[in-house]
Amino acid sequence: MPGGYAGKFLDVDLTKEKVKNTTFPDEILEAYFGGRGLAAKILWDRIGKDWPKVDPLGPQNIFLALTGPMTAIYPGARICCSGKSPVSNGTVGSTASTEFASDLKMAGYDGVIVSGKASSSVYILVTDDGGEIRDASHLWGKMSEEIIKILNKEVTEELTKRKPNIGLIREPGKIYIGPAGENMVRNAAVCSKVCHAAGYGGYGSLMGSKNLKAIVAKGRGKLPEVDAPEAVKLMWKKTHEHLIKPRGFRRWGTGYAGYAVGNDTSSEPIRNWQEEWHDMRSYGGPRFENRYWVKKYWADFNCTTSCMKVSCIKSGRWKGDITDMPDYELEAYCGTNLGIFDPGDNIHISTVVDKLGHSGINGPNAMGFAAELYQRGILTEEDIGFKLEWGDAEAFDKLAHMIAYREGIGDILAEGTYRAALKIGEMKGVDVMKYVVHVKGIEIGAHGTRSDADYTHDISYAPNVQGGDHTSIAVDGYSEMSSAVFTDSAVICNFCFYGVPQELVFDFAKGVTGFPITRESWRTDQGPRIVTLQRALLLMGGPDIFWEPIKDDDNPPRFYEPLPSGPYKGRTTDRKLVEEKRAAYFETLGWDERGVPEKETLDKIGLGDLEPSMKKLRK
Amino acid sequence: MSNPIWIVRDYLKCSGCRRCEIACSMHHEDWMWPEASRVRVFMPFPGVEVPHLCAQCDDYPCVDSCSFDALSVDEDTSAVIVDREKCTSCALCIKACPGQVPFLHPGDNKATVCNLCEGDPECVKVCQEARYNALSVVEEKPNVNRKLFAMHPIEVAKDLAVNLFGEKGEEVI
Repeated sequence: MPGGYAGKFLDVDLTKEKVKNTTFPDEILEAYFGGRGLAAKILWDRIGKDWPKVDPLGPQNIFLALTGPMTAIYPGARICCSGKSPVSNGTVGSTASTEFASDLKMAGYDGVIVSGKASSSVYILVTDDGGEIRDASHLWGKMSEEIIKILNKEVTEELTKRKPNIGLIREPGKIYIGPAGENMVRNAAVCSKVCHAAGYGGYGSLMGSKNLKAIVAKGRGKLPEVDAPEAVKLMWKKTHEHLIKPRGFRRWGTGYAGYAVGNDTSSEPIRNWQEEWHDMRSYGGPRFENRYWVKKYWADFNCTTSCMKVSCIKSGRWKGDITDMPDYELEAYCGTNLGIFDPGDNIHISTVVDKLGHSGINGPNAMGFAAELYQRGILTEEDIGFKLEWGDAEAFDKLAHMIAYREGIGDILAEGTYRAALKIGEMKGVDVMKYVVHVKGIEIGAHGTRSDADYTHDISYAPNVQGGDHTSIAVDGYSEMSSAVFTDSAVICNFCFYGVPQELVFDFAKGVTGFPITRESWRTDQGPRIVTLQRALLLMGGPDIFWEPIKDDDNPPRFYEPLPSGPYKGRTTDRKLVEEKRAAYFETLGWDERGVPEKETLDKIGLGDLEPSMKKLRK
Repeated sequence: MSNPIWIVRDYLKCSGCRRCEIACSMHHEDWMWPEASRVRVFMPFPGVEVPHLCAQCDDYPCVDSCSFDALSVDEDTSAVIVDREKCTSCALCIKACPGQVPFLHPGDNKATVCNLCEGDPECVKVCQEARYNALSVVEEKPNVNRKLFAMHPIEVAKDLAVNLFGEKGEEVI
């Protein structure tokens, strides 16, 4: 067994109520690593050519929660959730920071693979003694704070009963879903720690479709041994030295960006992306920090970046709300994009969205979309049940609930923005697609491309195998392959990765696993293999939606409207550049001019078995 | 080198990164083994993090409770020292501790307690390096009522939750 791996995966069949251990050959681990890469490979191997027929919310789909070989050993432990995505019909490596990841490895497991569907609500408990399926009827319908409280008590008591003498047993690591996941809101998140979420991909709804409320892990073993322990110990120290240096980011995380990204780079979604610039001093960082941040350095396992800050509202109408700062994405999506410029209201909507188990980006994207339709008179007070005015936190609070519980218009919006738009367009006889901000059904993260002043540009999203995912964007050239494609597969946090010299990170990876990997090998071998497999599965898609190459490898119409305000007024995404760079991107990866992987490419990366499916897609 | 020291904890500053556990286990176990770490961070609710470790009570109830002479006090550092040969894993020391700090090691099943790293604790070093300063070292002074710090982590967490979240904190743990 290569270093860094615990050595086995828990394979759970919820229909048959069976659990067993599974392993994968070393060559597969070297080629796909873990997390995002390995998930795509497992999905392709198990679902195969029937992919287009498999309903992502049906029992044939597979839910995966995987670590990678570097998880918990390298700073910033995360879990990677995957499966056939209920939003894109492809795959996403959707990661969240959580002690579930470190506990899973300490219990001796690299991941959990869940197939089938439970006949009633269950959770999976993973310990040093293996995996077990447990009743979750008392947890169904419950939200984050209660879930955490109940599971902590129940699991520590149970484990104490099993080993009464060993002393205090700590809380287990947990991933869980809220009502949104239970009710199969397509873009719902897999949640952890109240405000952490694997949001992109809609894997909360996949868990919900399996009647799987949570996966809980508690291990007492050591972290897996590595190939070069003395070197890894030194590199661990060195990496942390790099992470400890930047005082500003550690102090504020992305919590000040709700003002800055709008004001400086003019790329923040405002009122469903009608604008991307604002100068609202009311939304300044100090107003969040001074009034609401109760813990200013908050971190997850083995992290010194501590970009998270705990927020709490202690007075007024939203008293008792607890969430993170919010981070920039939710400052935008639960704030500016809904016309909210009050920190307290923003924290409230973030809290509500987290509790309900929405993805904080994707769920509220649908709310902003609905509000624009209301603004334009396409959706009326009668359709919604109340006035949906920009900035009205109470109205958006209500709407978030309606979506999570699939009530009224919420039932339509629960299909995700793109599918909701198809329905509403049909219902109203109006084309509403120009108001949808998504790529491949995945609502776009809170970084626009029109100003070209942010880190996101022309083809960041358009040909991206993870659609609108702002954490893993397409780049012309190879750099994408050795950044997010790598971190999602190593399953380490991006914010413990950027700022660390890449040579150090890849030496770390080599020291852990013993694989002869380098940044170069990730750029030319592992990375392109993973992205090509993801592209193939995304193009196979189905069963409800099939993406059309080129046409759907594009930005949403709004990204080509000129910016109406701010220092970049009049600028828009350069369509010609998109076309040129997209073609270059396809060429770089060995895909044809429509982005279908070539036969030679598939053979080269050991995915020749995709050829029959790809052949059908070529013109 | 050894000198009498005491590890002061400032729970509200704990980020929950658990590097203290990693550093502790790298020192004592030669690899990352958080469950074998002599300091263990309890996390009963997000944001409420409780580094839990021996407080070296003035009256050492754990040492008194041991019927096998497995526990003793280091004269130089005042730390509790476990003789792993003599320990029978009876867990009486755990029960005697007002904070149930000791635990049976996940490897050899013997009582495990912080030994202050012979006077230079690794957990404190990494916490300080990261400038979290949830753990720091003070020279031992008489009359700090050290044993008051040997408290069940859930009890500590209940107070911290209210400190952090106000009234809401009463219900989260």
